[in-house]
Amino acid sequence: MKAAAFAYARATSVMNALELLAAHGDRAKVLSGGQSLMPAMNLRLLSPDILVDVGGLAELRGIAVRGNLLVVGALTRHVDLLRSPEVALHASLLRDAVAHVAHPAIRNRGTIGGSLAHADPASELPACVVALGATIVVRGPAGERRIAATEFFKGIYETALSPDELLVAVEVPVAGRGATFFFQEYARRHGDYAVVGLAASAVVAAGRFSDLRLGFFAVGDRPLLAAAAGKLINASVTSALLAEAATALADELDPQEDQQASPAMRRHLATVLLRRCVAALLARSELEAGVTR
Amino acid sequence: MSVPVPVSLLVNGERIDAFVLPRLNLADFLRENLKLTGTHVGCEHGVCGACTVRVDGEIVRSCLMLAVQAEGASVETVEGLSDSGEIADLQAAFRERNALQCGYCTPGMLMTAQDLLKHLPAPDRQAIREHLSGNYCRCTGYQAIVDAVEATARMRAERRA
Repeated sequence: MKAAAFAYARATSVMNALELLAAHGDRAKVLSGGQSLMPAMNLRLLSPDILVDVGGLAELRGIAVRGNLLVVGALTRHVDLLRSPEVALHASLLRDAVAHVAHPAIRNRGTIGGSLAHADPASELPACVVALGATIVVRGPAGERRIAATEFFKGIYETALSPDELLVAVEVPVAGRGATFFFQEYARRHGDYAVVGLAASAVVAAGRFSDLRLGFFAVGDRPLLAAAAGKLINASVTSALLAEAATALADELDPQEDQQASPAMRRHLATVLLRRCVAALLARSELEAGVTR
Repeated sequence: MSVPVPVSLLVNGERIDAFVLPRLNLADFLRENLKLTGTHVGCEHGVCGACTVRVDGEIVRSCLMLAVQAEGASVETVEGLSDSGEIADLQAAFRERNALQCGYCTPGMLMTAQDLLKHLPAPDRQAIREHLSGNYCRCTGYQAIVDAVEATARMRAERRA
């Protein structure tokens, strides 16, 4: 199908974009890469009165290291994350994840800001920013505010952004000593939305986790930072302890039923990903085996 | 509320100035306004890949891009790549290997395959399949398409040697 009629405004600056959003409120939608918005409009799931196109705003582009933060502009495209030496060095989780996002032609236009603001619970980047302990930077009429990624996602396609605010950047703490990452997802085909996925960020020292953040996606209405990870931090990880963590994980998940999988299947796959993740990060392949519920 | 917006862009190297409604996507602009019907429209929500074109040298879904977003851009379609001879060998390989039946997906396949060969001159079959994974073909079962891309990569390597 084709999108319903709408008006179009090409923002000339962030300030101008904010004025347009203030004028039109929730009748406006922000257009960046359009790789989620355009399908929704073509399918008539969304019919905004006006699109505010921020695609030309150079001030929202670019990846830079400032102190111990990797600052990623909202208009940074998936393909930019894949190719960026800064991302590879400081937050390689983002690079690993983006390889699973759709297909090359989509990655050439889709942006990190668009993906986060869209907040699809099955998409990869929201789980990554939660796992990385990132901060979402938004600008509104009252100025700038910073929102912890863990506080940003509120539900299916729902975020802490208000209609008059624009997501401008993501700040990711740069990977320190012993930092290591894991990304895997189950999907029917490469590039499809995940059935269940895991983006994890950890600090490993002397064979133990001194930190472990497990960002599961497609298991609920928003990316979930699993509390079960706590069982594995500063502990000697045995098969028994991992089984305990897997049980705790299955209990804390409340996955939805859809055409792709039942809640029980999603719980099972999440525990399989947990085992793989822990085995890979600790380089102990024997932990991957074992009975899951 | 929705009024035509001016847009200027290059299409296959030719300067185009037009007034378009904001809702017009790039695929329909190319097909309906410019009569460049080589770019096909399949699913209209970014899944099938039949509408793949190049914008500023990179492949994109023209059904997920508004014509007005192409302001100042250089758009290349299968007609452009065909007329310039850039993909003549790839087209010949598709013909040779029967890598098409109905031909609906073929322009998108050619655009995507050429993009792969530009970035990765000697891809293995897995890399070819992965790069083409966003382009649906309902006739061939893909085997012949992968064959044709692989054969083209090999021929180009021989020519360079």
